[in-house]
Amino acid sequence: MNLFSLTISEVRDLLDRKEISVNDLIKSFYGRIAAVEDRVKAFVTITEDNALKMADKVQGKIKEKTRDTEFLLGVPLAIKDNICTKESLTTCSSKILSTFIPPYESTVTSKLLEQGYILIGKTNMDEFAMGSSTENSGFYSTRNPWDLERIPGGSSGGSAAAVAADECIAALGSDTGGSIRQPAALCGVVGLKPTYGRVSRYGLVAFASSLDQIGPITKNVRDAAIVMNIISGHDSLDSTSAPLPVPDFTAALGKDMKGLKLGVPKEYFIEGIEREVEIRVKDAIKKLEALGAIPVEISLPHTGYAVATYYILATSEASSNLARYDGVKYGFRAEGKDLMDMYMNTRAQGFGPEVKRRIMLGTYALSSGYYEAYYKKAQQVRTLIKQDFEKAFQQVDVIVTPTYPTAAFKLGEKTADPLQMYLSDIFTISVNLAGVPGISIPCGFTANNLPVGLQLIGRHFDEESLLKVAYAYEQATEWHKRRPNL
Amino acid sequence: MKYEAVIGLEVHAQMLTETKIFCRCSTKFGSEPNTQTCPVCIGMPGVLPVLNKKALEFSIKTGQAMNCTISSCSRFARKNYFYPDLPKGYQISQYDLPICEHGHVEIVFDGEIKKIGITRIHMEEDAGKNIHESASGGGNYSFVDLNRAGVPLMEIVSEPDIRSPKEAVEYMKKLRTILRYLEVCDGNMEQGSLRCDANISVRPVEQKGFGVKTEIKNLNSFKFVEKALEYEIERQKKILEEGGKIVQETRLWNSERGITESMRTKEEAHDYRYFPEPDLVPIIIQKTPQIISPLGMPSEEAFGIPEIKLIELPDPKRKRFVSEYGLPEYDADILTSERPLADWFEEAVRLGGQPKAVSNWIMVELMRLLNEENKSIEECPLKPKQLADMLKLIDKGTISGKIAKTVFEEMYKTRKDAESIVKEKGLVQISDAGEIEKVVDEVIAKNPKEVVRYRAGDEKLLGFFVGHVMKLTKGKANPQMVNELLKKKLS
Repeated sequence: MNLFSLTISEVRDLLDRKEISVNDLIKSFYGRIAAVEDRVKAFVTITEDNALKMADKVQGKIKEKTRDTEFLLGVPLAIKDNICTKESLTTCSSKILSTFIPPYESTVTSKLLEQGYILIGKTNMDEFAMGSSTENSGFYSTRNPWDLERIPGGSSGGSAAAVAADECIAALGSDTGGSIRQPAALCGVVGLKPTYGRVSRYGLVAFASSLDQIGPITKNVRDAAIVMNIISGHDSLDSTSAPLPVPDFTAALGKDMKGLKLGVPKEYFIEGIEREVEIRVKDAIKKLEALGAIPVEISLPHTGYAVATYYILATSEASSNLARYDGVKYGFRAEGKDLMDMYMNTRAQGFGPEVKRRIMLGTYALSSGYYEAYYKKAQQVRTLIKQDFEKAFQQVDVIVTPTYPTAAFKLGEKTADPLQMYLSDIFTISVNLAGVPGISIPCGFTANNLPVGLQLIGRHFDEESLLKVAYAYEQATEWHKRRPNL
Repeated sequence: MKYEAVIGLEVHAQMLTETKIFCRCSTKFGSEPNTQTCPVCIGMPGVLPVLNKKALEFSIKTGQAMNCTISSCSRFARKNYFYPDLPKGYQISQYDLPICEHGHVEIVFDGEIKKIGITRIHMEEDAGKNIHESASGGGNYSFVDLNRAGVPLMEIVSEPDIRSPKEAVEYMKKLRTILRYLEVCDGNMEQGSLRCDANISVRPVEQKGFGVKTEIKNLNSFKFVEKALEYEIERQKKILEEGGKIVQETRLWNSERGITESMRTKEEAHDYRYFPEPDLVPIIIQKTPQIISPLGMPSEEAFGIPEIKLIELPDPKRKRFVSEYGLPEYDADILTSERPLADWFEEAVRLGGQPKAVSNWIMVELMRLLNEENKSIEECPLKPKQLADMLKLIDKGTISGKIAKTVFEEMYKTRKDAESIVKEKGLVQISDAGEIEKVVDEVIAKNPKEVVRYRAGDEKLLGFFVGHVMKLTKGKANPQMVNELLKKKLS
């Protein structure tokens, strides 16, 4: 038995029954990393020394542990490199933060630490979470474990690849326009973007503040529910986190889905979607129907405006959020003959091309004379998109769509045409604009043995229905059990 | 041609909160650089602002005191620009939906009451401070101190209702008074707790529309406000009189040279790219606070209107001083300029002092003595009771008004009460007609020439005789009786 291929609940059981030690477990993962990481390149930083120290500390606690609590005691997780980990490098895969060590812990990792998790490493990403392929990392591209010639998706490509390649049990990602769900789909794992406000953003390096949300990337649906139980909830350090009680998400698993109304939006099954992807998703819908759900065709009429709306709002917020990287206080600084020169050199050398492109787009959209036509108009459309979902959820309980129009593409295949890359985000973006939760789960493979993802979308703060449906589907299929051949 | 000035002020008032507006760092003034900072106010990656409710409460209080409408929905916005003392690259401020709007305050100018409109009051965070090491001092560095970054400010924007530099100063003094009454700002201009930018244009008196304006930055004393505006009015007038055009620009007051200097023109002005702050939810003000709807997005935060401690504000107090005590507007305005001063006055009146007499003694003698020692009314060694008691001695005729000046100074210095000073120093007024008559006779006898001149019609000489009588009685003779007796004897 390879310890590194287990899930959180399986590992929990073995640790609590003292059949394995935390040290065994951690060593197994670092062995796996040593074997595959040079091919996958999922990590920016590997925190082995610290993890082994932690393992010893945590082992003592396991002896005193009463079951059912401290679910993550001794469990090794990978964290996307835009989530601040105290005294551990947090780079956002950007040269401008390549030396940045936060003196504070993000709220999500604080919660994981309270539970006794062990940080295995920080994962690679598109620089500042801007991208859909992890090719925009300021360091190197991560590879898809299913085909090393292909991209893992993005921007949480490192987290998804690390989970798929068994380099960690589970990981945290962040999702601004699909950055958890899309790489999860392309790497054949589970990725959940919670409702905006469900999980604290404190310590998540901001890309687009009104869209960013942290969520789990896991090997199965139960693990996603377990991680959600821990990271959710109001945080006094984040005003946009919702002051709502957190349910036990694992309680939703295994519940009957008979009579559940499943919305199938006609705007999501259109030209441009890969034939094989469409077939797998439609098969999945049939499977859900067989499990008791009732498919209903619905319309989300403003879907066609989502990509344009997103790329105005997200870049506007980003242009402001990234202003703090000016070489004055921390991170990379280039020399210059005066202040302006230092600013320009620092930002010219510190940011990669995609980040610069988005800063320029956002700066333009917010400029005096253009604000009304771009930012303000986009906000109005965002409201319409949100209303599309509200109307749809009067008719149905959960909406089902493909996560991404294609399977993983080859490295370099789309880098020349950023607009084409942006347009591919069409199925995930509306979910962030509306603030609703979405999950991607494996729903089959293409002829090339590349994973295909199924996206389920729920009402605000109704992650439970997503987990219920996802779990029922997972129980009835075997896709999640397949592992890449590395 | 006659010109008039059109002036509007933007006043920045630092709020007296214990902690900063978006984090829990202390706002204490004058600490070692960067000792009052945290990841939030340094603008580290991934940190988020959380609104200090005290700052909101202070802003609402101020808005209420300045007769503003409190917005039921208000929000923060980001003002984007690069500067080393601005750690996030943007300032969190308010833009399209400020917390307070449409108010006014009253000033007393030339004895008349004038309303100055308040366009808006909004909350924002202060920036830090750059410290430049001079090249001559061997250094070639600039340093950044972020202790002040994130200290809460209110920006109070007036309508262009002000017509002269003196009015501008009166308006600013009135704001300071209100802020200090409410205990939301200490009004300390030297430490920068209260500072002001002025918008100013001039126009021919009969013209309705506004002229082209300039903005003068960084006016941190009443004197500079007045001087800078005076200079700028003359500068603009001269340009117009010579047929020139005013350039819309931002100017900086140079206090050493006593002039305003061009800082940047309209073309060079920043585009701040304001947009709603996505890290803070809109502020909803309701009569009773309630939590957001449980199933919506966390899109707003609801607050109740803070309970305002019932204090009388400067304008109502001024009006009451006029109606209740029969004081002139001028007196009432000065007495109500500081809450402790108004309290001092009212206490003296309550203890029996005649209001106008109390007012005169405060405004002439007490203020002079305090000013000489640079003391505030809170540090005043004299108690209202002492003044009230002294006034009673005057009323009873025990001492004269003139003697009272000596007694007053003595009370101020020694803290003794009037009666014991009068006794100790033998300052009791001589009201015995016989005693006074003796002295009067003596003076008439000693100055025969003057008596002749007086009787010939030079009545101004009466003062000469009075003076001599007072000198001989060491000022203690009852002046009225002296006058009467002299007139009788000399006629």
